[in-house]
Amino acid sequence: MKYFAELIKTLDSSNKTNIKVDALTQYFRRASDTDKVWTIAILSHRRPPRPVNTTLLRLWAAELANIPLWLFEDSYHIVGDLAETIALVIPASKNHSEKTLTEFVEEMILLKKKTDTQKKEYLHNNWLSLNYYERFVFTKLITGSFRIGVSQKLMTRALSKATGVDEDILAYKLMGDWDPANISFQDLVLEEKAQDFLSKPYPFYLAYAIESEIEDLGDVSNWSTEHKWDGIRSQTIVRNDQLYVWSRGEELVTDKYPEFNSFLGVIPNGTVIDGEILPWIEDNIGSFNDLQTRIGRKVVTPALLKKTPVIIRAYDLLEWNGNDIRNLPYNERRNLLENLYEQVKNFQLPLQISERIQLKDWKEALREKAKARDLRSEGLMFKRNDSTYGVGRKKGDWWKWKLDPFSIDAVLTYAMRGSGRRANLFTDYTFALWQTNDDGNKELVTFAKAYSGLTDAEFRMVDDYIKKNTLERFGPVRSVTPKLVFEIGFEGIAFSGRHKSGVATRFPRILRWRHDKTIEEANTIDDLKAMIPG
Amino acid sequence: MKQPLLAFNDKGIYCAQADLYLDPWRAVPKAIITHGHSDHARWGHGRYITHHMNVPIIKHRLGDINVTGKEWGETFTINGVAFSFHPAGHIVGSSQVRVEYKGEIWVFTGDYKTEDDGLSTPYEVIKCHTFITENTFGLPCFKWTPQQEVMNDINTWWTQNKAEGQTSVLFGYTLGKAQRLLKHLDPSIGRIFTHGAVENMTNIIRTMVDLPETVLITPETKKEDLQGSIVLAPPSAHGSPWIKRMTPYVTGTASGWMAFRGARRRRAIDKGFVLSDHCDWTGLLESIQATGAEKIICTHGYSDIFSAYLRELGYDARTEQSQYEGDEGETDTKESNETVTMEGGDL
Repeated sequence: MKYFAELIKTLDSSNKTNIKVDALTQYFRRASDTDKVWTIAILSHRRPPRPVNTTLLRLWAAELANIPLWLFEDSYHIVGDLAETIALVIPASKNHSEKTLTEFVEEMILLKKKTDTQKKEYLHNNWLSLNYYERFVFTKLITGSFRIGVSQKLMTRALSKATGVDEDILAYKLMGDWDPANISFQDLVLEEKAQDFLSKPYPFYLAYAIESEIEDLGDVSNWSTEHKWDGIRSQTIVRNDQLYVWSRGEELVTDKYPEFNSFLGVIPNGTVIDGEILPWIEDNIGSFNDLQTRIGRKVVTPALLKKTPVIIRAYDLLEWNGNDIRNLPYNERRNLLENLYEQVKNFQLPLQISERIQLKDWKEALREKAKARDLRSEGLMFKRNDSTYGVGRKKGDWWKWKLDPFSIDAVLTYAMRGSGRRANLFTDYTFALWQTNDDGNKELVTFAKAYSGLTDAEFRMVDDYIKKNTLERFGPVRSVTPKLVFEIGFEGIAFSGRHKSGVATRFPRILRWRHDKTIEEANTIDDLKAMIPG
Repeated sequence: MKQPLLAFNDKGIYCAQADLYLDPWRAVPKAIITHGHSDHARWGHGRYITHHMNVPIIKHRLGDINVTGKEWGETFTINGVAFSFHPAGHIVGSSQVRVEYKGEIWVFTGDYKTEDDGLSTPYEVIKCHTFITENTFGLPCFKWTPQQEVMNDINTWWTQNKAEGQTSVLFGYTLGKAQRLLKHLDPSIGRIFTHGAVENMTNIIRTMVDLPETVLITPETKKEDLQGSIVLAPPSAHGSPWIKRMTPYVTGTASGWMAFRGARRRRAIDKGFVLSDHCDWTGLLESIQATGAEKIICTHGYSDIFSAYLRELGYDARTEQSQYEGDEGETDTKESNETVTMEGGDL
């Protein structure tokens, strides 16, 4: 545990990639095989099932710290991380444990079946006998994932350095559904076994955003253009009469989308399709909100299937006739995909093809982009015709060119203290727009919350304003004299019954502070509604 | 209803009987000042009364002002109200203000800490009926490690950096933290360099207390001299062109906020040391209990949460709005706040 805690501390406290890779590489060289497997699992978000629910964790931690539960909750709200809060409030200890990571994880797996009294005793003993950082790591193992800025790619690179196994092969091996409790390091990392690969997806290739002018991409005839669809990036695998659907988060989501079972028997075995899962309602792409109703559900009811059906809009083919074709040029892969689509399109499958556009010149790209909102896309994609299918985000062959966000001028009305790194500043804001009520008076109606987009200096100025212009306090929230106007940007917009404004926005954030505007010049809810497509 | 001895209004903490303010945040004719940080000692008052150690500090920051210096425990009476300064242990010169009128005693802490930092005159418990306390770190998450251990960590860090050929750049607030760090750095490890803002303030503090030797970084400073040395700089120097000259360097910050993992990450600091000039949770609770006060007024920091907890413990506790901001290294906000005037700040 000591080594693992040290590793986490180094990873957590550095923002330099080479320091992180070095720390991981060193760790992978010296840790035991089982500790390595568990570390890979934990860093790739495959933690053991949570043995204790967080309600009990909070209760028992508050008890041990001898503080009332509400005070623990308020502290948690400010710290922003449950394990960190627990590690901070519990009385200090300088001990460390000789137990290994594997031993701890195995204890936690067994803990799940124990009684509450046994669980509490186990937690109290460990909390009191570990030093601050080990206590934090121990509690993190119980509560969930470590978000410490280590991507799968970074971990894979370190593992490759430590073992000598090729990075791309490792990326492939570490994907999918393996159980850290029942797999050896030999099996997971070192040994190659074909039968394990039946469900395994390929690492997704990701596009970079265009930073300069599109003309800089060079000769337009070298590029294919598509619209950029706003759904869930997915890989659909048909092998051995089995269907596997993976999302980009490397999550196996086959069961959430039963409509794709119809692919079996039509799409030949040995096929892997890269495409976007989109809600398909009344012959049109639905909003992301519609898709949200499918993402969250574990049990898919027939009513939901009927209300919000989904389709896959395919744009690439990664495996064909059982062969990995990622090294074929994009053009050839597309031809194979388009041929496949021609063969199956009369089977009424929930499968569509993302149209490939060959532009004559870059000016045409602008005209195509202008159609995006009507087509319900978020912009354009450019893919180099002769490019192979890469791994992860690599500059050069795939580019995305997104639409400018929607934007509206809104008034700051409520503020809340930030959490974690922004704990001592008011940085979480609520914004409102004007609405004329039944009496004919104008009032400000909340429409979105946002907490990013200002510089540190601006946050400090707004924080200062909030502290001096607080109207009322509601726990951590303060209402503020309406005075400051901000331009709020967002990616999507739809009608919503759950929001007071009647409108839901997607990814709202602050674009800039409108020092030049008074609150009377802010926009109205009607202005917002006018932006809703269709 | 009887008028309270001290009342919070839009200018500061007002004593009507003596017609003066304690640490006012707007310009007033007469002000009693607890210490030299700029959210407590502001510009524009007609007259300043403070502990004599604060006089050179405040004059350095505010120029030629009308200021009177007092001794610890020296009582001065204005219209029947007896005032005296008592050590608050926050920084050099930092004082609590004891206010007594017709047998009723109030104490205003300004900023304070209970641990003896070896530099500021240590905090003294003053018995009182009403205690006005700061709550900068008034959450059970904040529990400080003894200074000696933190300073050992800092000196070890410096030694390791030196062995790797790196310059250690240590950020701490210009007034207070920088001198506290300096006092306990181990000069046998190497040379201690300073940023101009730190050097100026340190020279003023040096006239009152003994501090290790420092070298001001100037355009003539040689790169070889910096290598392996430690540099004391204000947090605002982080990311500035000034710091590039230290390359190769590693950065550290000493602040109570470093108790939060995220606080360190946000500032992109290599190493965070949890070292504060304010009370931690236990320090606040213990000092409140020691004063014997029944009425507690919480000013700045996590005052709503803290006062709610005090009420649960049976105190008559409440929060009052103030404009003290705290100095624990959220960059040098105090310096910048003086130049930033927000439209709407006067509402």
